[in-house]
Order: sequence, then structure tokens, then C-alpha cells
Amino acid sequence: MQIILIRFLSAIAVMLGVSVIVFFFIHFIPGDPVEVILGETARLSDREALREALGLNQPLMTQWLNYMSGLLQGDLGTSLYSRQPVTDIILQRLPDSAELSFAAIIVGVVLAIPLGIWAAMHKGKLWDMATSSFMLIGIAIPNFVFGPILVLIFSLWLGWFPVSGRDGFLSLVLPAITLGTVMAAILARMLRSSLLEVMSEDYIRSAHARGFSPLRVMFRHGLRNAMLPMITLLGLQLGGLLAGAVITETVFDWPGIGRLTVEAIQRRDYPLLQGCILFISAIYVVVNMLTDIIYQQIDPRIRCAA
Amino acid sequence: MIKVMRTIPLIILVSWLAVVLFEPFLSLDPNAINLEQILGVPGGASWLGEDDLGRPISDRLLTGAQVSLFVAFSVMSVTLVVGTIIGIVSAWLGGWVDQTVMRITDVFLAFPGILLAIALAGLLGPGVGNVVLALSIVGWVGFARLARGQTLLLKNRDHVVAARSLGTSSFKIIIWHLLPLVAAPLIIEATFAVAGLIIAEAGLSFLGLGVQAPSASWGSMIRDGARYLLVAPHLVMIPAIALFSVVMAINLLGDQLRDRLDVRS
Repeated sequence: MQIILIRFLSAIAVMLGVSVIVFFFIHFIPGDPVEVILGETARLSDREALREALGLNQPLMTQWLNYMSGLLQGDLGTSLYSRQPVTDIILQRLPDSAELSFAAIIVGVVLAIPLGIWAAMHKGKLWDMATSSFMLIGIAIPNFVFGPILVLIFSLWLGWFPVSGRDGFLSLVLPAITLGTVMAAILARMLRSSLLEVMSEDYIRSAHARGFSPLRVMFRHGLRNAMLPMITLLGLQLGGLLAGAVITETVFDWPGIGRLTVEAIQRRDYPLLQGCILFISAIYVVVNMLTDIIYQQIDPRIRCAA
Repeated sequence: MIKVMRTIPLIILVSWLAVVLFEPFLSLDPNAINLEQILGVPGGASWLGEDDLGRPISDRLLTGAQVSLFVAFSVMSVTLVVGTIIGIVSAWLGGWVDQTVMRITDVFLAFPGILLAIALAGLLGPGVGNVVLALSIVGWVGFARLARGQTLLLKNRDHVVAARSLGTSSFKIIIWHLLPLVAAPLIIEATFAVAGLIIAEAGLSFLGLGVQAPSASWGSMIRDGARYLLVAPHLVMIPAIALFSVVMAINLLGDQLRDRLDVRS
């Protein structure tokens, strides 16, 4: 219980630090942010109005206090482009992001587990080399290369799926594969090495000696233990999905939070940009915290050591 | 045979570096518009074809390589030096300095992937210099963590304690007794970092945050080419293959280096 509390408090401390960096975003802009947003030809009255709307006419400390008190109430400011509250805009896009993330997780896990097991079972043989090089390639190909290749083959040549946009299940397939394959490659690599480590343990030898079938030893004795490090990695991957989706959503014109971030940059909508970055990081931090806690709960060795 | 195959990644990387270094002598014309050759196929007027404005893809690919490798190597050098200094000093001093540095790195690590770099590049505005700056602000953390961890392991080794008790200054101990031992894992990390940075730079220019038109970058070539995917897939495929060859070569080199320097990940 104490560990959970400590983990929780440290997550809050990290988020506080993140919010400070995000708060300073607008001050990172070289020159006058108001001029950058409105352009050099803007009227003085417009400039002053925007300066006031952004709170830039106030002392830094007051700006920060206003920002933080807004944050604590779930108020991320108002979008400069659409004039809507940033929180509403993000929540509007959340279902689309969640849908894509969920589909990518399924693709990632469904690909990774059999591949990892397959490679470990055939260690050093041709099958292992084939799956291992697939994993290596999967990690080395960035989303913005893999996505267009999939579009070319499956949308333009074969015509199975739409090129982009969000319109029913079929439009989800290619973005999910793009986002999920990298995850699958990373997870499968980890599973392979962790399985190989576990399979050299004494209790695996004992299980073999007791005459259990190799498959039973692999699944009941090996896989269960090999899955433990996967939980941490899966947590990291899950938390990072929204960030990875920034590029994938741009490739496929998918209306999620990732593309919202890019739109915010293109429109110089800084409050919206701040909101998106803060939101994505918060999800990352929370998922990582939960992963740590779950990991401690299911692995008795760590629970006892801590 | 295997020995020959192991040198392939090195050959690929050296060829790219050579191309970049000799670029000024190649008299490239990456922005020459030739409207009669729009979307020209490879082997036509120029050997890799032309893009949507009839500009030679081969020339754009080579100037793109220059941007890509310049960004990757400069960010790697800056972050390697800064990160290593911060990490070693932090572990060496310990106490509140170490605690503060670690909490700061925690905050940087709370931004997943290149998210923070995307935001910073967007705020700083377009341009290669800003891409280098954005990636450097984000990139030092990994090196700092690694250098700190290694230093903590070595700090109480006999030879360090001996040097200390002989009255050697901290500066000398760090330079002569710690740095040579922490160097190997840092060099390997730096190798993989270059591969990651090449992808990151391409990703930023894909989002329109890197070099600005008409200059070429592999990422922006892929983005611009994606509009002509059906009629002229080579617009995307050529920069994609270039990117893949460099990243793969560096990753394989990193693996070889790890085996040779005998460092466990």
C-alpha cells in the first residue's frame, strides 16, 4: 500500500514538472508570440486584445498561478482558432484516438506473442533468423514510410481499404496495422529474449525431465514467467501510443488527438498545443504508474523485495 | 562470406558519408525545375526520375542526406557531451545535486517519444537549426541517465578510491579513471542514437517542421511524394529506401560494436 502511495505521489510530482515545461511553451517562441500568431501587419488593438486573452500582459508569476489554477479545475484554456475550450476539443477527439490505440494494441499483441514464441522455439535456426529480421525491419521502418507503403499496396493497387479518413471498420485497418506493427516488433523481440532466458532455468529442465510435452512446458512453465517483463514494456508502449499516433494519424488523416496536435502547430494555436501535449503526457505517466503497480502486484518476488 | 557480409553496413554508411562530404563537388541542382519531366520515371532524363515539379530526385536525395546526417551527427555530439558531463558530475557529487538532476530527467522522460521535440520544433519555427535545438533539448536525458548509472557502478571501485586517497583532484579522476570506463556503453548508445535521430529528423520534416521548401529532406520528400503514390510511387519509395538503408546500417553497426566492446545492454 505504501509503495502504491509513493508511486502515486512521484507521478504527481512528475506531472507538476511537465506542466511547468508546457506552461513555458509560449515563452519558447522566438520574439513576440503575439506577433508570431497575428503576423506583423496586425492592428495594435488586435495585438493588445490577444495579449490580454493569453494573459501575457501580466507578470510571469501571475500567469503561472492562473495557468495552474485553471489546470486543477480541468480548464486548459481556449483555442485561438475555434474559440472553444481546449478541454472540449480534446475530449471530442478522444474516442477516435482511443479506437485507433485499441486496434493497434490488438494488432501488436496478436502479432507479437506467436512471433516471439515461434522465434524462441526455433532458436538459431532459419525460422528464428526470419522472424528476428522481420522484427529488426519492423523497428527500423518509421510509420511515415510503412503507412504509405501499406496504402500503395492495399488501397491503391488492391483496393481493399480506403486511403485515409475515418469511415467505418475498414478505414481503421491500415492505421492500426501501421501503428501496431512497430509495437509488435518491439514486443516480440523482448518476448523472444525473455523466453530464452526463462527456458534455461532449472525448473524448466525439471519439467522436461518429468516428461511433460515440450508445448506444455513452453506454455505453462515458460510463457507465464516470460510474460512478466512484457508487462512493463507493454505499459511503456501503451502510454506512448498517442505520441506514436501523431505521425500515423497525419499519414491517414485520422481525426485523433495526434493530428489535433499537428493542426495546433500549423495554426499556431498555442493553447491547444499546450493542452494536447499535456494530455498525451498525462496519459503516458498514468499508464506507466499503473503498469508499475500491477507489475508489483502480480510478481511475488518484487512484492516481497519491496 | 559472413565476414564480408558484416562489412556491408559499414560500407553503406561510409558511402553515404562520402556522398555528403563530396556533395559540394558534385554540382547538384536539387531545385532545378523542369516542367517537361514532371513525375519522370527513374532512368529517364535523370537516373532516379523527377518529382512533381520536375526536379531531379537523385540530387534532392543527396542534399536530403546532407540535412539528415548533419542534424543526426550534430545533435548526437551535443547531447553526448552535455549528457555525459551532467550524468557523471551528478553521480560523482551525489546528494541533492544528484536528486535534482534525476527529477529533472524524470520530467523529460514523461513526454513519450519525440512528442516534446515535435512541440518544440513547432514553437521554435521551421529551419534546420531549430530542429537541432529541439532534438538536443530532448536528447541529452538518455546519455545523462546512462553516464550516471555507469559512474555510480564505478565510483567505489578500488582504483578510484585509491586515486582519491592519494589526493587526486575530482577532475583528474573523472577524466583519467572514470571516463575511459564509461566510454564504451556511451559510444554504443551514441551509435543507436544517430539512427533514432535520422528517423526523428525525417519525422519532423514529414510533419512540415524541418527544412523549408524548396530545400529537400527525406521526410519532406516522402510527404510531398505521398500525394502521387499511385502514379509515381518512386517519389516515396526512393527516399524511404535511402532512409531505411542508413538506419538499418547504423543499427547493425551498433550491434557489431556492442559485441566487439563486450557491453551487455
